[in-house]
Amino acid sequence: MSNLNIEFGKVKFKNPVITASGTFGFGREYKEIYDIDILGGISTKGITKEKRDGNTGMRIYETSSGIMNSVGLENPGVEGFLKDEIPFLEKLNTNIIVNIGGACESDYLYAIEKVSETNIDMIELNISCPNVKAGGMAFGIKTKDARQIVKSARRVTNLPLVVKLSPNAEDIVDIARACEEEGADGLSLVNTFKGLAIDIEKRKPIFENIYAGVSGPSIKPMALRMVNEVYKNTNIPIMGMGGIMNATDAIEFIMAGSTCIQVGTANFVNPRIAIDIIKGIDDFMEKEGIKSLEEIIGII
Amino acid sequence: MAKILENIKVSDKIYKLVIEGKFHGEMGQFFMIRGWDDYPLLSRPLSIHDKNNESITFLYRVEGFGTNKLTQLRKGDNIKLEGPYGNGYPTVKGRIAIVGGGIGIAPLLYTAKNLKNTVKELDIYLGFTEKEYLTDEFGKYGNNLYVSVGDFITGKLEVDKYDYVFTCGPEIMMRKIVEMAKGKNVKTYVSIEKHMACGVGACLVCSCKTKNGMSRVCKDGPVYLGEDVFYE
Repeated sequence: MSNLNIEFGKVKFKNPVITASGTFGFGREYKEIYDIDILGGISTKGITKEKRDGNTGMRIYETSSGIMNSVGLENPGVEGFLKDEIPFLEKLNTNIIVNIGGACESDYLYAIEKVSETNIDMIELNISCPNVKAGGMAFGIKTKDARQIVKSARRVTNLPLVVKLSPNAEDIVDIARACEEEGADGLSLVNTFKGLAIDIEKRKPIFENIYAGVSGPSIKPMALRMVNEVYKNTNIPIMGMGGIMNATDAIEFIMAGSTCIQVGTANFVNPRIAIDIIKGIDDFMEKEGIKSLEEIIGII
Repeated sequence: MAKILENIKVSDKIYKLVIEGKFHGEMGQFFMIRGWDDYPLLSRPLSIHDKNNESITFLYRVEGFGTNKLTQLRKGDNIKLEGPYGNGYPTVKGRIAIVGGGIGIAPLLYTAKNLKNTVKELDIYLGFTEKEYLTDEFGKYGNNLYVSVGDFITGKLEVDKYDYVFTCGPEIMMRKIVEMAKGKNVKTYVSIEKHMACGVGACLVCSCKTKNGMSRVCKDGPVYLGEDVFYE
């Protein structure tokens, strides 16, 4: 077994594999399938100030090499999360990253303050959910807006703050730099790409919201490029994601500049994929004589 | 990974897939099935149609790319399945009616087989749009078998005669049954069909509105008390 430990800023991870927000619930369901303590971390389902029922109509659609989703941040709200999910999450022996979305700055700050009173390891500020206004993508498009929300968030929490960036940002490097300047401890990128699918017989969009988030293998090359560009232009660590389906993909993201990686869509293909990826990274390090992941982070 | 024993067409667009192995699973539960590697990305949720110590059987209708790809599998081919998932129909006693419409009959054969020896009376109602199929199979388990083709099967159903109605099929049919049972001393259980991604309750793409709030069809369902789902 190689040394898979990695430091993401001040936070220690037992391995770099984190399950991505929105694909892993609050961990309960997958705990019935395998020992999720084996994971480097879990990024929770996105939490908003108020409870949300999510979007109506179709929520999932398959593309030729990926999926589109329009869940619309269905979640129990921060109070429900604290009451029903935190006790379970706090008992897990893995890093817990709470993903927070919001429609306006005060919603974000309310939820951030609330979760900061718990024993979690990190906050992931979601300024990139494309499926609802409440998801905060409005904050993730323009650098000026992202700067403002990160600045405010930084003031209300001492927890490590990771900002989840949108591939739909006007300038991914510019927005990443702004987050760094305002005190973000790290960046996670990328969220889903805004896409469109059409039912040609009904002559209508598949999704009621018209546009939906694209994820899976088809977005990997773009996501990798963005991780690499951000890595070369910032000095805070990155959690890379976007179509990671196996250990090779994960290692590509590490070589492009990711300290940790997040696995999303692949959980739906194989519920145990995160374990396979951890093992695959380990095997690669063993084979290549890599003693620490730091040797290969951002070597491209 | 398991081996396919049989994958045969039983009617227009309807196929029966038999997979070798001893699998756990209750009536109304489902498996996430994939008979391919990468594409399509998602597995397909198929309910248990029948099972015994040697094999498990699924009944599916060709709807799109995934189910079309399933039809190409042959005896001896490998297939992946995860499960069983979902809650399934409850074990009950008394007088039961099982009502299936079209491919909605899929989870009801194993249900009938299970209930046959425990309930007082079991009547089976099957409705088809164009052509009936597998009615002989169902005939083995019911006290009475009612079949309708091209007509509403609900026309034959007298809900008052039963303590429970278990149903699966088009939403319009299930909704009608729930309405018929309203105010009467009969409980209806409906099996809901939705597009799914994870199958385990994590992604929320199959959420549906119930009387008790949002519910995950894959994890909290697919079987619900009719009055909890069709309440509006």
